[in-house]
Amino acid sequence: MKYLIKLQDGAKKVATRDAYGEALAELGRENPNVVALDADLSKSTKTAVFGKAFPERFFNMGIAEANLMATAAGLAAAGKVPFASTFAVFATGRAFDQVRNSICYPRLNVKIGASHAGLTVGEDGGSHQSVEDIALMRVLPNMTVLVPADGTETRAAVRAAAALNGPVYLRLGRAGVPTLFNPDYGFRVGEAVILREGRDVSLFACGVMVAEALRAADELAAEGLEAEVVNVSTLKPFDSRTVADSARKTGAAVSAEEHSIIGGLGGAVAECLGEHAPVPLVRVGLRDTFGESGTPDELLKAYGLTAADIVRSAKEAVQRKGK
Amino acid sequence: MTAAAKSGHPGGSLSAADILSALYFRVMRVDPARPDWPDRDRFVLSKGHGAPALYAALAERGYFPVEELKTLRRLHSRLQGHPDMRKTPGVEASTGSLGQGLSMANGMALAGRLDGRDWRVYVLLGDGECEEGQVWEAAMAAAHYRLDSVTAFLDHNGLQIDGPIEKVMSPNPLPEKWRAFGWHVVEIDGHDFAQILEAVEEAKKTKGRPTMIVARTIKGRGVSFMENEANWHGQAPSPEQAEQALRELGKGGAGR
Ligand SMILES: Cc1ncc(C[n+]2csc(CCOP(=O)(O)OP(=O)(O)O)c2C)c(N)n1
Ligand SMILES: [Mg+2]
Repeated sequence: MKYLIKLQDGAKKVATRDAYGEALAELGRENPNVVALDADLSKSTKTAVFGKAFPERFFNMGIAEANLMATAAGLAAAGKVPFASTFAVFATGRAFDQVRNSICYPRLNVKIGASHAGLTVGEDGGSHQSVEDIALMRVLPNMTVLVPADGTETRAAVRAAAALNGPVYLRLGRAGVPTLFNPDYGFRVGEAVILREGRDVSLFACGVMVAEALRAADELAAEGLEAEVVNVSTLKPFDSRTVADSARKTGAAVSAEEHSIIGGLGGAVAECLGEHAPVPLVRVGLRDTFGESGTPDELLKAYGLTAADIVRSAKEAVQRKGK
Repeated sequence: MTAAAKSGHPGGSLSAADILSALYFRVMRVDPARPDWPDRDRFVLSKGHGAPALYAALAERGYFPVEELKTLRRLHSRLQGHPDMRKTPGVEASTGSLGQGLSMANGMALAGRLDGRDWRVYVLLGDGECEEGQVWEAAMAAAHYRLDSVTAFLDHNGLQIDGPIEKVMSPNPLPEKWRAFGWHVVEIDGHDFAQILEAVEEAKKTKGRPTMIVARTIKGRGVSFMENEANWHGQAPSPEQAEQALRELGKGGAGR
């Protein structure tokens, strides 16, 4: 799919968790089978918006993430459409076996809305910054993994998740991100979206790194390199065709994510290119390390997750072409 | 500290501050000059978000300069948002993901027993934290292995993030539950030093089972506008509010 855009200066910033809270409440109005669960973080994950509108369909499970996930499984088994929320680090790590055995194995219709993913959690530090959640969720059979890039895409992803019958992992952030897409943006599960066309290098990005990739493409253009920017918001099922086609066309690739370079988008791109379109690839992401306390912007800089890092990586990938 | 950091958890830090002061200044056998002394007593802050109170106690006890408290939550600081045993001298366990500290304390106690040492392990849990299933797995294990070198404190302030524990997901009645899990239980006012010290003495004398000291506390203790307010769980005071808070706590001084 193609949806060509330019990064607007001063685009309105919206946290994807805020868009999630609103979209979930909207969905609740339309579908009485939608229920929401949380684990004592409803003000942070924004399920409180749903809870306020539909108190009888909202269940706070307390600080008990394992119980949260398996209860959601039970609700789904009896016909409800549960959205279970907590921080990404606890949703995927603390409750991994419940997600695996009670949700994915029986392919139950549970949606996991995981907020505070990645480094942009900020000051809470490494214990709270999930840098491995995409890898954990991506490896599970039957799981769909969505990493929306802005508020608009988040709203669309919430709707798409509800429309799909099966487990979905929605990765959401704490910090505001620039709005990239207009309401006419046609999000479809499983389709990577080309946001900018180019012939020299492909930039595959997800989440907060999509805006950075667009910024990087502008900078690369100023230096005479035409970058193609692809928003890989569905990590699974992975759109191998779009990714491989783009890489074959440009002959060089960069992946960029707010996650470990192991097992997430970088891992998925490497798997895809290795099988279908072997070209030089440079992965931008956390280099096998945990995060730490700091402001979101400081951390993105300190851990090499900025437009400048993508620019540097793109040049490196281009240089390695044909070697 | 949280004002300087512009984020953090003042409420649960203040409810635990008296217990931490008692532990680090009256109870525990520690030597700040040798944080890795093998025979020291250990303390595990299972409710890791109370880190500011732990850091303050460690600094005042001499593990690192009090001035350093101002670096809380800053990039590259030794004082992370949640306790990090690899970064901060005196911190015995990396916590922050609730419900895991008692298990780690049990592990330490088992090791101490294997080595035939007499050091003790103290651990502090939140009441909301007791909603985690792992807390009860650990409670069971400590009683099963008769870990009488483990003394736990429950910071029973009645609040968690989304509101009163009774409303969100009641873990009550907590003293009865710990008793049912085979623990010796002492109930005290967690802001009364004499009661804290007495309870610890009782724990030391209790053989064959671990002791849980259920400390009734006030979240935000000592700061009028924070006391018993769930909203002060995880937000930092403004500079003006911090000044008022310090005045009310009867303390001036840099960085606190
Ligand atoms: C496993 C896990 N789930 C959720 C959180 C987020 N969280 C941090 S503090 C807190 C509430 C803790 O309540 P309580 O244990 O009563 O602590 P206190 O009132 O003493 O601050 C929650 C849910 C966490 N840190 N770890
Ligand atoms: Mg509490």
